Amino acid sequence: MSLSKDQVKHIAMLARLELSEDEYAESVKKLSSIVDFVDQLSQADTRDVVPMAHPLDTAQRLRPDVVIETDQRDYFQQNAAAVTEGLYLVPKVIE
Amino acid sequence: MSAKHTDLHTRSMTELAAGLDKGEFTSVELTESLLARIAEQDARLNAFITVTGEQALAAAAKADKARAAGDAGALNGLPIIHKDIFCTRGVKTTCGSKMLDNFISPYDATVVEKMADAGAVVLGKSNMDEFAMGSSNETSFFGPVRNPWNLECSPGGSSGGSSAAVAARLAPAATGTDTGGSIRQPAALTGTVGIKPTYGRVSRYGMIAFASSLDQAGVITRTAEDAARLLGVMAGFDKRDSTSIDRPVPDYLGSINQPIKGLRVGIVRQHFDAGLDPQCGERVKEAIAVLESLGATAVEVDLPNIDLSVPTYYVVAPAECSSNLSRFDGVRFGHRAENAEDLMDLYCRSRGEGFGDEVKRRIMTGTYVLSAGYYDAYYLKAQQVRHLIADDFKKAFADVDVIAGPTSPTPAFRLGDKVDDPITMYLNDIYTIGANLAGLPGMSIPCGFVDDLPVGLHLVGAHFAEETLLRCSHQYQQHTDWHKACPEDFK
Repeated sequence: MSLSKDQVKHIAMLARLELSEDEYAESVKKLSSIVDFVDQLSQADTRDVVPMAHPLDTAQRLRPDVVIETDQRDYFQQNAAAVTEGLYLVPKVIE
Repeated sequence: MSAKHTDLHTRSMTELAAGLDKGEFTSVELTESLLARIAEQDARLNAFITVTGEQALAAAAKADKARAAGDAGALNGLPIIHKDIFCTRGVKTTCGSKMLDNFISPYDATVVEKMADAGAVVLGKSNMDEFAMGSSNETSFFGPVRNPWNLECSPGGSSGGSSAAVAARLAPAATGTDTGGSIRQPAALTGTVGIKPTYGRVSRYGMIAFASSLDQAGVITRTAEDAARLLGVMAGFDKRDSTSIDRPVPDYLGSINQPIKGLRVGIVRQHFDAGLDPQCGERVKEAIAVLESLGATAVEVDLPNIDLSVPTYYVVAPAECSSNLSRFDGVRFGHRAENAEDLMDLYCRSRGEGFGDEVKRRIMTGTYVLSAGYYDAYYLKAQQVRHLIADDFKKAFADVDVIAGPTSPTPAFRLGDKVDDPITMYLNDIYTIGANLAGLPGMSIPCGFVDDLPVGLHLVGAHFAEETLLRCSHQYQQHTDWHKACPEDFK
């Protein structure tokens, strides 16, 4: 199945990726070939097969609901590009 | 350091441990010697993203003191390289991406912490495909790594820096991660040993996530014995990884000397089909004959759905990747675009600028297969086929102890040859992906050469059968010399 440029634009928007015009052209071609390739799966008979979400038969472990992490905000925020008074800065979202 | 120690780079970790124990050399001497070798040789390979010389020498001095005080850990004073996917506190951790080129990890991965606690000395961080997405190391933001056996060739990927460094004797061992073959394929292409343990055997905490239901940490070494030594340190329960398995760690080193008489070795017919280079097939068959000469029995087994493993993987892995990589938003850490107009622009441009082509492709593939209207046809279907593949393995392991075959369809390919065609690149992992989908341990060991390039024998075991894989590999290496071969230019 071939993907259209509009479909690729929609996917890129959902994925929050800005692409150049060249990247769109390339993505239409390569994503279409990947989708064609994985379409082989439709041949498999999977009636009554349970989807496998985890490679081992285990249940999610729970831990006691107690505080185990200490506050290291300032330390962690050293990796942020824009911070003020402990807050992450982003472009204005409310007019 | 005296002249008699000019051969330290040629020694395995086990041999180095013996030398340190005997006081033949100190860890500081060993570390200095390898750092000098890295400085001299790595320009040809590009195996390192960061060399941590100062920290390494400090750790070595500490290890020498601990040894003198009679307090030496299992890896005391022994050198290792960490793939740059493992977070290392205070050190740049890039995952091979421009996105994290400015990221100084504020914490250590559990693997890093456990090795440090055992006294290991970290020489640096190895190059890799961006976010571990690639099979040639060509998707790295820091440029491709070269294969020490032929500098025009790829060392495999995604753990290509680790495999190249170990093959070129820049270190006796390096960590790696394997989501679809990223430890085993580079090991095969560089004539090294690579083990991917059972899913959940080694903690994923602090290992930058690609596809969380498939990712597993392991090691690349030159001998199975060294792999056993390291896995014994890395493995074990970690409460900080919700999928870590709470199960005792066996004495891997203690069991590798047991003979393999009576071992049942499964051979999968599809693994020797037309897709395999015939000469590689010969090397693998010769290796299986060696195992038979040691008392193993070869049995044919059937994995009827294995041909669907690559398409299954290329739905599941991108889907998980698209979710995992949504954390890179240009706000909390990582690359941030300049002068964003609004929040959407900040996200889209930070990610558009920070990620390379292959990573974007996988994020978009994953976004597509998870999007409204396509989820059932792709993601759900792939998870069902994954179940069929896992069941095939389960049935096979009722009859055999290991499955043996080729690790990779060809020896190392030339850089640039496959990079423009994603499907051809994806098919490189055709023999390795099944183990990830089923969560099984897999291992590659060198088993000969085709046109002066190494070939790997691939062994897969049942869940938690790492001991069997390590023992089988060690016994093979006791009777063959392929693992001792060294690239001519790196002797």
